Parts: sequence; C-alpha cells; structure tokens
Amino acid sequence: MTRSFKELIIKRVFFLFASASILILALIVAFLFREGIPIFEHVPVRDFLFGSEWYPTFSPPSFGIWPLIVGSFIVTFFSTLIAVPLGVLSAIYISEIAPPAVKEIAKPVIELLAGLPSVVLGFFGMVVLAPWLQDTFDLPTGLNIVNASIMLALMAVPTISSISEDALYSVPREFKEASYALGATKSETILRVIVPSALSGISTAVILGMARAIGETMVVLMVAGGAAAIPESLFDSVRPMPASIAAEMGEAPFRSDHYHALFATGIILFFLTLAFNLVADYISNKFKEVGSGTL
Amino acid sequence: MRTFRILTAGLLCAFLLAGTAAWAKETIVVNGSTTVLPIGQATAEAYMKKNPDVNLSISGGGSGNGIKALIDKTTQIAMSSREMKKEEIELAKSKGVNPVMHKIAIDALTPIVHPSNPVSDLTIEQLSLIYQGKIRNWKEVGGKDMQIVVVSRDTSSGTYESWQEKVLHKEKVSPRAQLQASSGAVVQAVSKNRYAIGYIGIGYVNKSVKAVKVNGVAANAKTALDGSFPIARPLYMYTDGEPKGAVAGYLNFVKGKEGQQIVKKEGFVPIQ
Repeated sequence: MTRSFKELIIKRVFFLFASASILILALIVAFLFREGIPIFEHVPVRDFLFGSEWYPTFSPPSFGIWPLIVGSFIVTFFSTLIAVPLGVLSAIYISEIAPPAVKEIAKPVIELLAGLPSVVLGFFGMVVLAPWLQDTFDLPTGLNIVNASIMLALMAVPTISSISEDALYSVPREFKEASYALGATKSETILRVIVPSALSGISTAVILGMARAIGETMVVLMVAGGAAAIPESLFDSVRPMPASIAAEMGEAPFRSDHYHALFATGIILFFLTLAFNLVADYISNKFKEVGSGTL
Repeated sequence: MRTFRILTAGLLCAFLLAGTAAWAKETIVVNGSTTVLPIGQATAEAYMKKNPDVNLSISGGGSGNGIKALIDKTTQIAMSSREMKKEEIELAKSKGVNPVMHKIAIDALTPIVHPSNPVSDLTIEQLSLIYQGKIRNWKEVGGKDMQIVVVSRDTSSGTYESWQEKVLHKEKVSPRAQLQASSGAVVQAVSKNRYAIGYIGIGYVNKSVKAVKVNGVAANAKTALDGSFPIARPLYMYTDGEPKGAVAGYLNFVKGKEGQQIVKKEGFVPIQ
C-alpha cells in the first residue's frame, strides 16, 4: 500500500465521520421543523409569538408563547449579569494573577461546576436556596427569577471562565512586555492592555454562556416556579421555554396541536441559540487579533 | 458415542422446548396515565409473579397518549385518569376499535396546604376563586394575612384536567399559578412554602403537607366512595372490545380482591 493511498483512505474516513455528524444534525433540524410547522396552520405566527396566553389544553386552546419568551430572556439576562463578573474576573485571576499552585487548584474547581449534573443544581436551588430566599426576603415563593438566575449563572460560569481564560492566555507576550517596559504596573497592564486585547474572546465567552443559560432546561424546570405570566417583579415566578417543553411534552398527545406547539417552541429556541452562536462567531472573527507587536 | 448422541439430542430438545416456552410468553402492552401508573406497575408485578407466562410491559405517557395508542392498536390496555372524550370514541370507532371502559380505582383530588396554615376547610367556590386568581390573600378565607401562592399541575396533566372540570367549572387557572411537572413536585413545593396551596391525588398525601377538607368533608376512602367528597374521580383502564385471554386475566386480577388490595396499598381508593 503506497503512502498516498493510505493518505487517501484516512482522508476519506475522516470525511465520512464528519459528514455523518453533519447529516445527523441536519436530520434533527428537519425533524424539528416537520413536527413544529403544522401548528402554524391553525395559529398565525404573530399570535403564536406574541399571544399572551398559554393555555394549550383549554377548550378552545390558546397558544401564545410571549410569556415564555419573556421568562427565558429575563432569567438569561439576570444570570448573565451574575455570571459575567464571576466568570471574567476568575479567568483574569487564574491566567494573570494567581500563583501556579493556586492556579492548579482553582481551574479544575471552576470546571467542576460544569460537570455538576444540572438536576443536582436544580435540586439545590429547590431545597436550599428557595427556602432561604423566601425566609430572608419574606417572599411568597422562593421559586422565582432570582433563584433561577443564580442557578443558571453557576452553570454559565465555567463556560465564560474557561473561554475567557483561553482568550487572555493567547494575548501575545510582547503586549505585556511592552506595557511593563513603559513602566505600567501589573493592574494597569491587565486592565488597559490584556483585557482589551482579549475582548473579542471574552465577548464570545459571554455570548456562549448566555446561549447555555437560555437553553438550559432542568434548572429552570425545577426552580423558576413555572408561572406562564409576564413577571411584575424579580421575585415572581416565570416559565422559560425549555421548562415548558420539558414539563408538557410527556403528556401532550402525539401529533396534537399541543405537541406541534411545543415543537414550534423548540424551533424558536433553536433560532435563539443559533443567533447567539452566530453573534459569538461574528465577534470572534471581526475583532480577531491580527499579528502581534513584534518587529 | 451412543450416549453422546442421546445427550446431544436431549439437549437439543431441551433447547427447543425452552425456546418455544419463551416464544409462548405473551406480552401485554399497557400505556397511559401517570396517575394510574403506580397501580399498573404494582399489580403487573404481582400478576407476573403468579403467571410467569405473561409479560406485562407498562409505561406512562399520559391519559391522552394511552388512549391514542389504544386507537392506533399499539397498546392492548390504556390507563386513563379521565373518561374518553366523545371525539376520541368517534375516532376509535372509525378505526374499528371498540373501547371498553374498566373502572379500577377511585382517586380523591385533595387540596393541600403547609402544615402551619390554620385554614383547614375550604368550599369548592373558594377553591375555584383561589385558582382563578380572584382570591389572593389567605385572610379572605379565614387564614392569616398572607398572599396565596397557587401551585397547580401543568396543563397537560390529567389531574389538572380533572381539577379544572370539578373545581374551576371550565374557568381558566390563573396564569400566575406555579406549574409543577408532577404530583411529587407539588407536595415538595407546598411542604416548603407556608403561603402555598396545591392539589394532589390522595395517594400522594403525606405528613409533610396538610390535607384540606372540601365543603367540610375530609378526603378518604369512605367519602370518596359515597360521593360526599366532591372532588373524587374514577381511574380507568380501557381495552379494545371485551378483554380476552391474558388481558382479561390481568384486568380481573386488578379488579379482584388482590388487585384492589394493591390499589389500597398504593394509597388510592379501591372500588368496592
């Protein structure tokens, strides 16, 4: 067997596996659309997206997912608000400030958060955080936006932290050295040189963290409270889209309007996460660091 | 050599016999309501222990799914926590399926509150207004001055449908109600929250929550059977036509003395 023939076979094998995964993905998307589209024969897209009532089993049913969309965005927004400082600052600490010994411990510990099954986090939110929030702030319920946001933030921190750290790590050494050579202190170097040069990577990290939060199901199913109404305060319950799908799919009769409506909700979620990923991709390309400062 | 041959032949026969025995094992598929599921599982286990040649495959996908499967002939027995709707019966008839109803147990839908809540009796009317979001404070129904947190099952549950029919009289549950995905989750939520009210099948009532009387009547086997407890509902199994063979054997077991004892053990109300 000649070397070039071997090379050809190896190439073909890789191609086969790569196209298999792409094909599977395409089939899943096609299935999602096939099962979701039929609802729009009965419910106009506008009413589906912006209808304020979600009563899928009532007669006559109403399929308005606006409260669910609002719920998804609110918990994602607030979890990002919590997760970004935690994730980015921990990344800066680990990559620039921490002594090697601390780094060795801190990095795996943060990554361990990603390894925690979401149902464990959800359970923690349900039996520990919810009663605590309720007692501390004297609320009618601890299953609310704040609880869900904290739990989702914990899930997003490892994503944000590790991608940000990669970005910080890949800032060329010459930048730092130039900065120190000009007499800048360590904190000045970090804040004025390293973080700005890594900003595209950090933004990507934030957006991917948000995508993770908006698609997360188990946690919001367990701790968001599940009220399909537009919230009036941060301590109200909400019902994000993934929670709705997970809670109702089991008992929605196969190929009924309700079933199709849940798949259509899945399509909306698909587009949202797709949009997040496209934005992340765009940012990382647009602000890519080109060339380093070497002479 | 001769003995070897005989031995081989004997072994072959044994295998063949074992093979046919395995083939003869009859499989009955049971699908439907998650409320009925614990009864289905416990009775199936007991039944299979007594009848090793019958294999029962039980799964819960909701009453609607079970009935759909019966109509599509993919299941022999559909568990349901509600009666079949008119459209479902019509659809079944049009596909040549003749659904036969078997009442197997009774379930009392019990309102529950936190054990520290002084309210211990509510009328149907009060429950209805609470779930519609029109009564929002416990003091309006004789409790402390606290907001009411309404906990409900999610909209696709058969329990939710029963509650909506028997308590809300077709009005909508307030969108501010917290929706929980299972009866267990409702118990968990109410036991942790002194503001909350929820509803569950009587099989799920335990010490962590307080069962509320409805119209002055406590939920138990006696009141559910004589109809004085107003939110009782029968649980069903449906078959296509009158059951025959192993299916009939299993259903008779469930409806019989032993099966009904299991129903009782699972916390539901037996039919006799």
